[in-house]
Amino acid sequence: MMSRHSIAVLGALLLVGVLVPALNLLVPAGSALHLSDYVVGLVAKIMCYAICALAMDLIWGFTGILSLGHGVFFALGGYAMGMYLMRQIGHDGNYGSDLPDFMVFLDWKTLPWHWALSDSFWFQMAMVLVVPGLLAFVFGFFAFRSRIKGVYFSIITQALTYAAMLLFFRNETGFGGNNGFTDFKRILGHPITAPGTRMLLFVVTGAVLVGFYLLARWLVGAKFGRVLMAIRDAESRVMFTGYDPIAYKLAIWVISALMCGVAGALYVPQVGIINPSEMSPAAGIEIAIWCAVGGRGSLVGPIVGAFFVNGAKSWFTQMFPEFWLYFLGALFIAVTLFLPQGLVGLVKRRSRS
Amino acid sequence: MLARLLLLLCLLAPLAARALSAEQARALADGDTDARIAALDAAVGANAPGRDVQLRPFVQALLDDAVKLTPAAVLVVDGEQVRDAATGAAARLPEDAADVVNNNRMRGALQAALAALDLASPDLAKRRAAVAALAAQGLDESLLPLVEKALAAEGDAALKTSLRQLRATVMVGASDPKRRLAAAQLLADSDDPGVRSLLIDRLAQEPDAAVHAALQDALARLDARLAWGERLGLLFTGLSLGSILLLVALGLAICYGLMGVINMAHGELMMIGAYATYLVQNLVRAWWPAAFDGYILLALPASFLAAAACGALLERLVIRHLYGRPLETLLATWGISLVLQQCVRSIFGAQNVLVENPSWLSGGLAVLPNLVLPWNRIAILVFAVAVLGLVAFLIARTRLGLFVRGVTQNRPMAACMGVNTARVDTYAFALGSGIAGLAGCALSQVGNVGPDLGQGYIVDAFMVVVLGGVGQLAGTVIAATGLGVLNKLLEGWSGPVLAKIMVLVFIVVFIQKRPQGLFAFKGRET
Repeated sequence: MMSRHSIAVLGALLLVGVLVPALNLLVPAGSALHLSDYVVGLVAKIMCYAICALAMDLIWGFTGILSLGHGVFFALGGYAMGMYLMRQIGHDGNYGSDLPDFMVFLDWKTLPWHWALSDSFWFQMAMVLVVPGLLAFVFGFFAFRSRIKGVYFSIITQALTYAAMLLFFRNETGFGGNNGFTDFKRILGHPITAPGTRMLLFVVTGAVLVGFYLLARWLVGAKFGRVLMAIRDAESRVMFTGYDPIAYKLAIWVISALMCGVAGALYVPQVGIINPSEMSPAAGIEIAIWCAVGGRGSLVGPIVGAFFVNGAKSWFTQMFPEFWLYFLGALFIAVTLFLPQGLVGLVKRRSRS
Repeated sequence: MLARLLLLLCLLAPLAARALSAEQARALADGDTDARIAALDAAVGANAPGRDVQLRPFVQALLDDAVKLTPAAVLVVDGEQVRDAATGAAARLPEDAADVVNNNRMRGALQAALAALDLASPDLAKRRAAVAALAAQGLDESLLPLVEKALAAEGDAALKTSLRQLRATVMVGASDPKRRLAAAQLLADSDDPGVRSLLIDRLAQEPDAAVHAALQDALARLDARLAWGERLGLLFTGLSLGSILLLVALGLAICYGLMGVINMAHGELMMIGAYATYLVQNLVRAWWPAAFDGYILLALPASFLAAAACGALLERLVIRHLYGRPLETLLATWGISLVLQQCVRSIFGAQNVLVENPSWLSGGLAVLPNLVLPWNRIAILVFAVAVLGLVAFLIARTRLGLFVRGVTQNRPMAACMGVNTARVDTYAFALGSGIAGLAGCALSQVGNVGPDLGQGYIVDAFMVVVLGGVGQLAGTVIAATGLGVLNKLLEGWSGPVLAKIMVLVFIVVFIQKRPQGLFAFKGRET
């Protein structure tokens, strides 16, 4: 059974997935209906963010665990994709070398060990899943096993993303230091800025978002999801009735990290840059606010929230750049104080009364 | 040419003891640098203690660029007056008088000459300064006789040792292996970091096996002593970081213990404290410049009050309404931190502002030759201890402290006993915020003051709270100093970034064993 809301959201997403490419490619540039490349890029970016928000909702909204470190999983997926894209540049870099430009700049002669298989698309795609998944598993295993919860868990995840950011800022780590990866040329041999490639990436992103939404619906509706919500509401009782909350928490934690990794991998070829600032504590906490603004505990909410906050962000940073942080800060305060159910909760309340 | 000049000077030397001859003055002031330095060294070397009448003022005048040359005479300009360097008679400055130009090498030689002349001064402080100057400059071999003479005359034991070592730095290059050996043994007792490079330099070119061994031994002993300085320095920077972390984490721990609230805007409250310090500094400079050195005493209460007022407001307007929802509080306080940062950016600009140290906080205390402890860091260490003492007193001995402890342990029960928990919350939050303001004031003395001042320390401060547990100050203290020292130790070994990561891993592993931190109340989890 699907609620009216989720049908509406799915419909809207499918419409975006069809309409945006059509309006961009088929409608001539002079027409009022034409969508500029900028808007297409923006929508693509926000769809990636929406995947992150959805992942955050699974772990926070449904399991009650607030992670401030989801930025690190997003960035790791992005870096895994970025490595492949860097290798695809081939000889077309500024230095015309086999190595990526930043390595030439650092005077490295050979690829470091962790770049050995980076020219294989499928290997790197596996890494998009393996690296964030493994990190999430190891971290989650130790954290949940010692029953770290609540704000303790939140600030430790924040420290995790902070430490990862510092690590990636180092040139010696081998990921381009504070410049990260950029100047991509090709993906699977196709020029990355060509309209066709961009549209294909756009459609893939939309499809992944819809797919993850359905997956999340299925997870939440199944017994697994029921247990998660029980853990959120009364963890001790779940434990006393014979369930092992650690296994459930760990599972949803890793799934959530994997979703973020995929979002990062889709984000990088479309935005054209990945650098350590994606791992900053501020980036991690922003994911939580997308989720909170839209409405936690409803799967539609985070998607709405991601579109609302990031739409507002691009509008503010164009029109009144100095007021954006005021708005964002006020949003944090207002949503937690007055809108615990987010925008979706507001709509629900309206329609009920 | 040079030899002839030297010969001439040697002949003139007895004369020079009494006065400066015209030839000597010209040799010192005119010609190429090599010849001038040779003349200078010869003149200084021949100078008998106590009898230099004109040489010292003349060298000083050369250094001050106050000497002019004419074909007929060497003139010294002293303000309006012009005198002949040799006769001392008043003279007129001709139009065509040329300036004496000193290059850097010549300046060095002149400074060394001045110091060498001061070696014979009757004033102990002057002699000490002269030895230090010569040691810093590097002693020229030609000045050796002067040092020997001073050594023979020196009565002060400590200065005698320094002189001997000064002599050894020259002797280590002597042609006689015996003298080199003696010098190497002497240098082993030196504690001047500069001697180290000299020893390494000599080791590379020493032909004699015995001297080589002695040099190696001297180097090893010197290194061992310097290593102590480095170790102590590392410990001090660790303690200094620990004291800053303590100041930052103290307020955080109080609020967290009491209300279970992690205040993400804590860093911004520190920033407010730092900007309050900046404002007080500017006010004092504008209205009462004479008391500028004391501005910090005004800045301390100002930063406390500014941050405490902000904190009380925050608690009343936002945090109170999120009671029992710690995760939402975390997000709301993050939002507050964004707004505060942007406010400061709008008012003061995005650039860092300049907060000056008062003069008594700049400079440092030299404990060992290679260990100088900056006064501002020492002051923060002392300040952190003082704040800790005050907070401990407040918590342990006052009525408010009693209430805070009661509410921390069992909120409903404290409320039943008639404690106004809401008011205690506000006061405690204001106290924690005020301490953050004090931390900001302290940080303004060692780091940059800018809108993102709070961000740099806040993650570390959270780690202190996680590690230390809540409810007891001892946990915070031990965690702060421990993390500070551990961080600096690892930093010396692996660089700052890897050190931070290792510390984080350490914390995650540590709380496997003690999930509630170092010190936790033994009791039921509520």
